[in-house]
Amino acid sequence: MRAIYLRELGSYFSSMIAYITVGLLLAVLGLVLWVFPDFSLIMTPFAGVDSLFEIAPLIFIFLIPAFTMRSFAEEKQAATLEILLTRPVSAVQIVFGKYLATLTWLFIALLPTLMYVYSIYQLGSPPGNIDLGQIAASYLGLFLLGAVFCAIGVFASSLTSNQIVAFVLAVFFCFVLYYGFFFISKIASFSGSLDGLIESLGIDYHYHSISRGLIETRDLVYFLCLIGICLTWTWSAIAKRS
Amino acid sequence: MSIQVNHLTKLFGNQKAVDDVSFRVGKGEILGFLGPNGAGKTTTMRMITGYLSSDEGEILVNETPVTEENTKIRALIGYLPEHNPLYADMYVREYLSYVARIYKVTQPQKRIKEVIGLTGLNKEAHKPIRALSKGYRQRVGLAQSILHDPEVLILDEATSGLDPNQLIEIRQLIRHLGQDKTILLSTHIMQEVQALCDRVVIINKGKIVADGNIKMLSQHLTKSYRVEVLFSRPVADPTFQEMNGYLSHESTGNSRYIISGNDEHLNEAIFDFAVSKQLKILEMSTRQESFEQIFQQLTAVRS
Repeated sequence: MRAIYLRELGSYFSSMIAYITVGLLLAVLGLVLWVFPDFSLIMTPFAGVDSLFEIAPLIFIFLIPAFTMRSFAEEKQAATLEILLTRPVSAVQIVFGKYLATLTWLFIALLPTLMYVYSIYQLGSPPGNIDLGQIAASYLGLFLLGAVFCAIGVFASSLTSNQIVAFVLAVFFCFVLYYGFFFISKIASFSGSLDGLIESLGIDYHYHSISRGLIETRDLVYFLCLIGICLTWTWSAIAKRS
Repeated sequence: MSIQVNHLTKLFGNQKAVDDVSFRVGKGEILGFLGPNGAGKTTTMRMITGYLSSDEGEILVNETPVTEENTKIRALIGYLPEHNPLYADMYVREYLSYVARIYKVTQPQKRIKEVIGLTGLNKEAHKPIRALSKGYRQRVGLAQSILHDPEVLILDEATSGLDPNQLIEIRQLIRHLGQDKTILLSTHIMQEVQALCDRVVIINKGKIVADGNIKMLSQHLTKSYRVEVLFSRPVADPTFQEMNGYLSHESTGNSRYIISGNDEHLNEAIFDFAVSKQLKILEMSTRQESFEQIFQQLTAVRS
């Protein structure tokens, strides 16, 4: 597993993929959070980075599928998966190795955004007048959300040998999970009966629950279950061969 | 160390890609695995490497069954797939280090250096795989398959894309490896089989149509003898009938014929025929039944 993890990570950072995706994330976040007046952190009356946690999932819906689309699709296209599956590693190890590499990328992508927190921390009046506990919880929420999107992306990539198809599928799945359930729950006929249940199926509900600074077991279980389901499906898609 | 394949069957839908195939490859033996495209060679090889599972039958490598779940047995097998898939974005040495890590090779750097030397990759080892010519990529494919010093080698069209000089080098390497390993080699190139293999298995439409020593196969199948001859003047077609053991002939040019007969001493019969007809023989050569023709006979008759 270690060999596969290191190879994946190496391929992200020896090519432009990792730099472009992380750079793009930071560029968009930088523009939205510091330049565009509607979301600008400087324009808000309170010292906080809430806009970051509102905007980041939206960017992730497109960015993470773009990053993970090659994961298995490329190996299927180039037939390197065939040779990988004849080596003394199990399909589970292959899936985990690749998935952990995407998580490492996610972690590295989020690290520079701590600069925003530091900046706001210093800009507070007096400096340090900021709820660090809530921000830490929000980061955990954002990381878990990203981790689910990565799992979805890796799964979508395992379904096809075409990277574009993998990308579109992953964006669709991420969108449905993040926004779909929230909007479906707003349909009038569900009002007062199923709306709570439907909303709680979506990522949005649990993400905001954690973002409030309250880390509940059910939210964590929800995220871990989603990741587990996606990786199990990935494993079965890979183990099935072609 | 050996490969034992017993009554192997693989279905793709209703179609039998491999149909009751059995053979054995012993230690120190290079077995040529031949067949037309789509005959089931690659499918059989994929099952031996554990990539595909069989629908019926079993595969034993070193007396241990090969299954999709058994990942340990795969460390004993080296595999070079048909189209030699490689990570084009990796450097040669980087790729081999990755493979060494997967197989947990002891002293990886020493072994990588050794394998790079063996496969003649010294000059290209610092390059990305993308920048290599087909022949050198094939060497990288071969290098990754022997890196962990496997006792069993499965080579699917190992020498495709090599130029004649490279061919000789790689064949020498395979022959050298074959001294103490078990090698299953599929190929389309008949000279390769003749140059490398002790034994051949010919497969057609999923079934084995021949299994044996190349010489024995050709003796067994050669029922006619062919001689090419250039006479001093053309011969009228019906007169050929007077020749001993004559079967058929074809004219390949002015006074030039290829004569087939069932007599072992066809050359003598032609000489006698020429004397009786007062013809002069300007050229005469025996046409060897080539391995290609044997292959064609075996795979065409049954198709």
